Order: sequence, then structure tokens, then C-alpha cells
Amino acid sequence: MTIDLRKDTGVPLSRQTFNWRELVQTPYSKLDDDAFTRVRVVLMNGIEAEAVNFGHSCARMNQELRRPLAEVRRAEHFQQTLVNWLNPPDQSPLETTIAYEQVAVEVTASVAQNEPDPYLAQVYRFGLLEDFDHLYRYSALMDRLLGKDANNILQSYTDVVPGRPTSEEHRAPSDDLRTSYDAEKAAAVSKMNALTILAAEQQAQNYYMNIGPQHSDPVARQLYAEIAAVKEQHVTQYESIIDPKESWLEKWVLHEATEVYNYYSCMEQETNPRIKTIWEQFLDYELGHLAVARDHFEKHEHRDAAEILPAKLPNPISFDSHRDFIRKVLQREVDLRAVGPEFVASSQVPARNPSSSYRKRLNADGSPSEMVAAGYRMNPGTELSPESKGDGQKERRAR
Amino acid sequence: MKHQTTMGMNRTGVASSPRHAKALYDASKRIKKPSLDGHGIMQVRQAYVNGGELGSVPPPATLKGLGKTFIELLKGERAPVLIDRLCERLSSERSAVRLYDGMLAKYDVMGSWPGGPTREEIEHLRSEELEHFRQLHRELESMGTDPTALTPAADVTSVALMGLPQVISDPRTNLHQCFEAMLIAEQADYGFWEVLANLAVEMRHDEMAGRFHRILAREARHLSLTKSWLVLGVSASAGVRAFGQELSVRPSTDGKRRRTTRKSTKRRSRPRAR
Repeated sequence: MTIDLRKDTGVPLSRQTFNWRELVQTPYSKLDDDAFTRVRVVLMNGIEAEAVNFGHSCARMNQELRRPLAEVRRAEHFQQTLVNWLNPPDQSPLETTIAYEQVAVEVTASVAQNEPDPYLAQVYRFGLLEDFDHLYRYSALMDRLLGKDANNILQSYTDVVPGRPTSEEHRAPSDDLRTSYDAEKAAAVSKMNALTILAAEQQAQNYYMNIGPQHSDPVARQLYAEIAAVKEQHVTQYESIIDPKESWLEKWVLHEATEVYNYYSCMEQETNPRIKTIWEQFLDYELGHLAVARDHFEKHEHRDAAEILPAKLPNPISFDSHRDFIRKVLQREVDLRAVGPEFVASSQVPARNPSSSYRKRLNADGSPSEMVAAGYRMNPGTELSPESKGDGQKERRAR
Repeated sequence: MKHQTTMGMNRTGVASSPRHAKALYDASKRIKKPSLDGHGIMQVRQAYVNGGELGSVPPPATLKGLGKTFIELLKGERAPVLIDRLCERLSSERSAVRLYDGMLAKYDVMGSWPGGPTREEIEHLRSEELEHFRQLHRELESMGTDPTALTPAADVTSVALMGLPQVISDPRTNLHQCFEAMLIAEQADYGFWEVLANLAVEMRHDEMAGRFHRILAREARHLSLTKSWLVLGVSASAGVRAFGQELSVRPSTDGKRRRTTRKSTKRRSRPRAR
């Protein structure tokens, strides 16, 4: 299937309608579906949430765009509903949290490898090692609070070991701001990458802020508070790589193109046939939204959308285990720290810097992420299980 | 088959992906000094204990019109305990009615299994839960206490049993699986009625204790029925016989309940150890 971002018109908005039965469909199976089906559902919920939030911000600043934005946004809202309601009710908030971190790790790893701009790729690798550590901390929490195995969700695709320690990730705001790409020079894929990862991080922050207080355990409440704070930093980081000189309309077009790109990536790799048809349908819907945004861009800015859109979609996001890449990044870059927009070895961080005093204050009465994972080594079946020999099948036969 | 557990593409265990599992384990092995020491976690948990409480029991709305016995009863330290336990039962019985509503919805689509419940039996249990709820409503009103209040014990039980409606109302669970949830509900019901009946006895409120013991007897029957349906269902789906499942209460056409005896199966030999 070839997509032309500059010409395809997709399904017209007038035909993008839903009823409640269509919106609330049978969820994927937590037990039987592939972990990457869950990863795609979580990611696309974030992408739709970003579309809706952007639409609201844009409408607040642009009188003449309010009506078309409201119309597109209504469809986006229902798309988000349908997608998010694919999460099954037997998946607890903590299990969903593990899935959110798997999204952050594996999708960011794919984006980092697909990013042509070396500085931006570095930004993604930097964030990746932090999300990777969050996964380790939440897995320890799941094991030690509930006696449950995060690998039931991860399905062995993603390592559960420490990354850049979460306790070290707390930075002063000035150390979370990066240098933005130049909209006139940056590749389209760089813009779509930025919006994709921004969306994923923003939804994680929102999610943790909602479900953190639903836990009764003080350790869990502290850990969610701590990691939600880092997600806020990540949102700060990723929005700062986007060129603020892009116009509102340019940003709208790029948002829609990003949604097309993401749905296309999902559709190409989905293993659940029923969910694949949803990705196909929503890809066509997004092409419809892109057509609306493109028309308004050309009408109001008197520019050709081809100036900002590539004819062809970039290589799809790879929904797969990026274990080898992540291990290399971990080995080489775990020691990097941010000083302003740059990344330096921890030994080169100036002795007096705003992040160290900020961190010291936050961790003054202990670090939840350190405490929850003290001495934690992930063992399939939880740390209470007998140590595995590393090959589940052999283990099973041995039993 | 609709009540049976099937074998399929479950991907949650390490054996479903040996190559990835080996890699996962190799990475994990590089972490030195694994420890089960939860000292830090324990310290944080303990530091927060005594930092607050769930809430309180409301005082009686009015003492007007209450008999001398009740006024005496409501004086002193024991009153909030009794009110709390009454409210706990009221809240749980009310929820149990809704759990059985969910069971009926599922029953109508999926039906039962050999030896499983009939619709009338589920309806009967539901109606008894409703009766118990209303009885508690009357008890609380007669004590001048607000039966709509949510008290700490009611809150605790409802949080503890939060997963039950989640299982029963999930369209993907079958009636067997729903009865697993109901077994937990009925176990809890029985246990908490014992607590309340005992409290009424110890507080020398004999009439109330008598009423509660009658309810306790009914709840014992609920529990035994639920258990036997589940045992029979699980045994049937595994193709094995169930032992010792005798009693059932099926409402007769004249409205009176009658006791029926299910043919029990004698144990012929010890099951072989695996």
C-alpha cells in the first residue's frame, strides 16, 4: 500500500461516524495477544490524545480554524476512545504501566535508529535509557508489592535491568531544554519522530498522574510521583526539540501526517487481524484529516503543503524487540548527563550546577526508585521463584 | 465447551519465547548481588502508618422514638463497632444483589453445566441477598442510624472485593469463572455474618442475634451451593468425577424450597500422586 501524504484524501470527515457499539469493541487478550499489539494500542492512544490536545490549543489561538479543528477533533476523540478501550479490563493499572514503559523503550529505540539528525538521535537515546530504568523500577514494584511478574506483560521482548538510575534523572528545568530542529532544514521524519515520542511521553505523564494516587501502598505512591516527575521532564525535553517557528497550521499538518505515519506503521505489523482492520480504517480517517489540514494550510498560508510534507512515508516504526541496540546504548551512554542542551560524561558536569542541588533536595529523604529496587534482579516468575536456567522450555522439561 | 478452559496461544510465560527469554535472563544475570531484602520498602511503609485513618462511623441521626434498649446500646464504646459492622453487611449484601444480576445476564446467554445452577437458583440467591440488605436497612433505621452512610468496615470490604464485579461483568469470562468470583463473595459473606452475629450475641442483643443467626444459616447454604456448583463444573470440564457434592436447594413450583440430593460419587481409590 503506497501512501501519498500530499495528495491522498482518505475518508471524508462526514463519513467518520461512530455508534457506541462500534466504539466499545472486544479488547485484545492480555494473555494471548502479542505484546506488540498492546504496545501499538498504548502508543496510538497517546498519538490520538496529542491530536486532541493540540487541536484544543490551536483553536484557542486561531479564530478562523475553530470550526474545522472542532470537526476533526471530534473524530480524533472517538478514535482515541475506540483505541484506548481495546485495553482489557483484566489488565491492572500497574500492568498497563509496564506496557507504557515498554512503549517508551521499544518505540523510542526504533525512532532513535530511524532518526537522521545525529543530535536528535542522541536526545532519543538519552531519554531511552531513562525510560528503560523506569521499566526496571516498576517491575521491581510489581514483584515486591503484588508478587507478580512484569514479564507476563513484556513477553521477554525487553530486558529488565537498570538504565540511567531514576534517582539521577531529576534535573533542573534548564537542563531539560534541548536545541530544536530547524523546520526549514529538518527531514519530515525528524518532525514526525518528535511528535510521536512527545505524544508517548505526554500520555505516560497523564496516566501516572491519574493512577498514582489509586495505589494504597506508600512506596507505590512515591514511585509514581517520582517517575511522573521525570515524564514531565521528558515532555519538556521532547517539545523543546520542535521548532517553535513552525506556524500553527504547519504544526496541524504535521500532527495529521504523524498520525498517518503511526497508523500505517501499526497496520503493516499488526498480528491480530481484527485490530489490523481498525488500524486500516483509522489510517484512512487520518488521511481525511490530513486533507482538511492541508487545504487550510494552503488556503491561509498560500503555501504548497509539499513544502513540508514528503510524498512518501518514511520507513515504518519498527514494533519489535530492540534489545541489541538498547544494550549497546546502555553500555556506551548510561554515564551521560545533560548540561543545558548538551550531553556530557558525568565526570564533566560542573561541580556547581542547578540539577545537582535540585536532585539533592528531591532525594533528601530517600529515593523511592532506589529503595523499591534495592538488590532487585528480575527473574522470570518473580524473584521468589527458583532461579531460572535461562531457557524456559528446558526448565519446564526439567520440572 | 463454552464453560471450558482451552489450550491456545498464551504468550505470558518464558517458554512461549525461548530465544527472547534466554536473552532476558542473560541480561538479568549481569546484575550482581540479588537480594530479597525489603528493608527499605518496609521502612517507608511503616513511616506512613498512623499518618491517617479511613474515616469514622456517623453518630445516630436522632435518638427520638428509640426504645430504651437501643439508647443504652448506642451509649458507650461498643456502639460504633456495631454500627460499622451493620453498615458493612448492608453494603456487601447490596453489592451481592448486583453481582447476581451480572450472573443472570451471563447465565441467559451461556446457560449452565451438568449439576450447575438453574436460573431459578441464581434468582433465589439474589432474592435472599436483597432480603438481607433490606433487613439491615431496617435494623439501622431502628437504631436511628443512617443506612446510606459508608462506614470504614463497609469501605474496607468493598475495596477488598473490588475485583469481583470486574470478573463477573467482563463479557469474556464464562459462568464458571464468574462462580469463582462468587465463591470469594460468599466466603466473605459467611465470615462477616459470623462476626456480626457473634457481636450481637456478645452485646446481649438477643432478638437481633436471633435474626442474624437465621441469615447466617442461609449464607452457609449459599456458600455450600456455590462451592458445589463450582466443583461440579470444574470436574465436568476436566472429565473427572466430583466428590461429596450433595446438596442443592431448588425452589419448587409451589414456592416452597425443597432439599434435593445430588447423587454423590463414592471415592473408589486414592487419586494417583503426580
